[in-house]
Amino acid sequence: MTLANSSSNSEAIQKLQPTGWMKYISFSLDHKVIGLQYLVCGFIFYLIGGALAGAIRIELTTPISDFMPRDVYNQVLTLHGTIMIFLWIVPVVNGAFGNYLIPFYVGARDMAFPRLNAVAFWLIPPAGLMLISSYFITGAAESGWTAYPPLSITSPAAGQIIWIISVLLLGGSSIFGGINFIATILKLRQPNLKLMQLPMYCWAMLGTSILVVLSTPVLAGTLILLSFDIVAHTGFFNPSLGGNVIVYQHLFWFYSHPAVYIMVLPAFGLVSEILPVHCRKPLFGYTTMVYSIMAIVILGLVVWAHHMFTSGTPPWMRLFFTIATSFIAVPTGIKFFNWVATLWGGKISLNSAVLFSCGFIINFVLGGITGVALAQVPFDVHVHDTYFVVAHFHYIVYGGSVFVIFSSIYHWYPKFTGRMLNETLGRFHFLLTFIGFNLCFAPQHWLGLNGMPRRVAEYDPNFAFINQISSLGALLMAISTLPFLWNIIWSAFNGGIAGDNPWNALTPEWLTSSPPPIENWEGNAPLVTEPYGYGTINQEDLVEPTPESPSEESSQ
Amino acid sequence: MGLLFGGLWIGQNINLLPLGASANAPIYDELFKVLLTIGTILFLGMVVLVVYSLIRFRRRPGQTGDGAAIEGNLSLEILWTAIPAIVVLFVGLYSYDIYERMGGMQPLNHHANDASSHEHFNSGNGRIWGGIGSSSLATPQQSAAIPIDVTAMQFAFLFHYPKGDFISGELHLPKNQPVTLRMESKDVIHAFWVPEFRLKQDVIPGQPTILNFTPTKTGRYPIICAELCGPYHGGMRSTVVVEGAEEYQDWLLSNTKVSTSEK
Repeated sequence: MTLANSSSNSEAIQKLQPTGWMKYISFSLDHKVIGLQYLVCGFIFYLIGGALAGAIRIELTTPISDFMPRDVYNQVLTLHGTIMIFLWIVPVVNGAFGNYLIPFYVGARDMAFPRLNAVAFWLIPPAGLMLISSYFITGAAESGWTAYPPLSITSPAAGQIIWIISVLLLGGSSIFGGINFIATILKLRQPNLKLMQLPMYCWAMLGTSILVVLSTPVLAGTLILLSFDIVAHTGFFNPSLGGNVIVYQHLFWFYSHPAVYIMVLPAFGLVSEILPVHCRKPLFGYTTMVYSIMAIVILGLVVWAHHMFTSGTPPWMRLFFTIATSFIAVPTGIKFFNWVATLWGGKISLNSAVLFSCGFIINFVLGGITGVALAQVPFDVHVHDTYFVVAHFHYIVYGGSVFVIFSSIYHWYPKFTGRMLNETLGRFHFLLTFIGFNLCFAPQHWLGLNGMPRRVAEYDPNFAFINQISSLGALLMAISTLPFLWNIIWSAFNGGIAGDNPWNALTPEWLTSSPPPIENWEGNAPLVTEPYGYGTINQEDLVEPTPESPSEESSQ
Repeated sequence: MGLLFGGLWIGQNINLLPLGASANAPIYDELFKVLLTIGTILFLGMVVLVVYSLIRFRRRPGQTGDGAAIEGNLSLEILWTAIPAIVVLFVGLYSYDIYERMGGMQPLNHHANDASSHEHFNSGNGRIWGGIGSSSLATPQQSAAIPIDVTAMQFAFLFHYPKGDFISGELHLPKNQPVTLRMESKDVIHAFWVPEFRLKQDVIPGQPTILNFTPTKTGRYPIICAELCGPYHGGMRSTVVVEGAEEYQDWLLSNTKVSTSEK
C-alpha cells in the first residue's frame, strides 16, 4: 500500500510543522489538529450565535420593538441562523468529529487528502469573520438565512452579497470535507476491514458526505444566480424582470432540507458510538442502523417541497412531499428504538456523556413527532412560518445535534487532551441545559398554534407572558455554558489523568495513547473488526493499562 | 395502558388552539386532536422507556463487567419498523381524508379548482394533475363565492371589493358565505394568515394565488403576515371582520357611496 510512502513523506512534512499549541493556529495537515481546530473555531462561533439568540430573546420579552431597531433585528436573526448552521453545527458534527475520528475508525494515519482538509478548515474563519464584520461595515443581510427573493434582492445589497460570498465559501469547505470523507472511508480502509465492520459513525459520515456532495453545489449555483440578480440586475428570481421567485425556493430547499440531515445524521452516528461504550453493550441492530442511514439519505433528497406548502405548490406535489416526508419517520424511528434497546439490559454509567445522549433522544423524539405533523398539508397551512416551526427545528438542531455535540465532548475530551472532565460540573451543565432548553422552546409550540409568526420583533400583547417564559429558558441556556466553559478550560490543566482508554472502549481511537501520537498509533494500526463487542471480548485484556475503573467519578 | 389513556385524555382535553371561526377550522381541530393524541402517546412512551432504562439498568457502585451481548433481534426490529410505518400510514391517510374534506368545502388547493381564475399562473396545469381537491369542488358554492382582490405590499394588505369597486384596509366578510380571495403582491413575498380560520397562503409577486374559505363565527380576527417581508414585518397586520349579512350589506353600501362620491 501507499501508506508506507505517505507516512515517510508526511514525517518530513511534520518536521516543518509547528509544535506545541502553535500547531492549532497553523496550516497543520494532522487530521487530529484539524478536527480540534474545527471544534474550537465552531464553539467560538456558537458563543457568538448564542449571544445573538440572547439579543432576540431580549427583544421578545416585550410585545413592542424596543430593544433594537427593526432592521437590526432582521440582521441579528439572519446572522443567528447562518452562524448556527454553517459555522457551528455543520462544521462541528462533520468537520470536527469526522476529521478526528474517521481516520482512526478506518485504520488510517490521516485523511485521504490532508492538504484539501486543511484548506477546507481554513476557509471557515475568514468566511465567518467576513459574515460578522458585514454587520459593522455595511449592515448584515436582513432577509433571513433563507434569503428568499425578492426580499433579498430589494434589501441593502452589500450585506446580502457578503452573506452570499460567506455561504459560498462555507459550502465549498463543506464539499471539500465531504469528498475527503468519502475517499477516506472507501479507499483508506485497512485491507481486511469490511464496510459492515466499521463503527456506525463512519456510515453516518458516508451518508452525510453523499448528501453534502450532491446537494451543496445546488445551493452554490442558486446563490450565484441570486448574486447576479443583485449586482448585475439579471432576472432569474426577480419578478419585475420576469423571474420566478418560487424556483429559488425549490433550489434553496433542495440543499437546505438535506442540510438538516447533514446536521443530524452525524449526530446519530456519534450517539451510536457513545451509548454502547457507557452501557457496556453492543450497538443494537447494527445492520438495520446502516440501512436506516442510507434510507434517510435517499428520502432526505426528495422531501424539500414540504417547506413550500403555502407557496402555491401544485396539489400533486403536496401529496408526494407529504408522503415522502412522513416516511422518513420510519428509518428514524428504527434508530431510536435501537438506541433504547442498546440501553435496555446494559450496565449504564450515568455520566454526562450518557445524560446528554439520552437528552438528545427525548428532545429529538418530540422534534420528530412535530415534524411528522408538519409534513401533513392541512396541518402545515395553519402553522407554517410560525413559532411552532421555530420550536420544531430547534428541537431537531439544538435538542438533537447540539446535545450530541456536548455528549461527544464529554466522551472524547479525555482522548483529545489526556485529561478527564469534572463529572459534577458536567451533570450540572446537563441539568441546566436540559431544563433551559425545554423551558425556552416547548412554549413556542403554543405561540405558533395561537398566532405568533416567526421572525417578528413585535407581537400580540397576549403572548407576552409565554414569550417571557421562553426568554427565561434562553437565559438558563446562556448560564449553562458557564460551567461547561470552566470545566473544559480548568480540566485541560488540572483534570485527572485519563490514561489511554478511560472508558474501556473497543473502538480504535482508544487503542492508543491520549492524546494520540502524530501517526495515530506507535506501531501498526490495530484491526478492529468488532467495534461493539462488549460482553464477548475479554475485558481483562483492555482493563490492565488503566489503574482504576474510571466509569464513574474518575475525575474527582 | 395508562400511557394510552393518558395520551387519549390529553389529546381530547387539552386545547392548544385558538377559537375556530371558519368552516374548515373544526375539521382542522379534529386532525389536531388525533395528531396530539398519537404524538403524546409516542413521546411519553419513549420518555418512560429511556428514563426506566436509565434507572433500572444503571451501574451500581462496585459493579463491573459488561451487559448482555445482544447484538440485535430480528423480530423486535421488524416490530419497530412496523410501529412507525403503521402510525405514519394511518396519519397520512387520515390527513389525506381531512385534506379532501377541507378541499371539498373550501378548497385549500387554489390551483386546480377556481375556473374563474383564468389569469392564474397554474390553473390549467393544476387541473391536469390535480386529482386532489379539485374534483371534490362544489361548483354551486363556487359560483356563490364572494370575490375579493387582495393586494399585499410592504407593509399592508389592501382589499378591493369588485362589487362596490372600492378598496378597504380592513377585510369585512359576511358570516356563512363562501369567499374567494385573489391575492397578489406588489413587492416581496407576504403571507395571508388568519389563525382563527386555520388558513395561510403566501402572497407572491408575479404569481397570483387564491384562498377559498367560509367564515362561520362573527367577530374580529387578526390578519397576520407570516412571511418575512422587511423591517416592519412584525407590524404588518390587519383585521378581518366577520359580521351578519345585514351589517355586511350596510358596510358595503356605505363604502360604495363614499368611493362613488369621490369619483
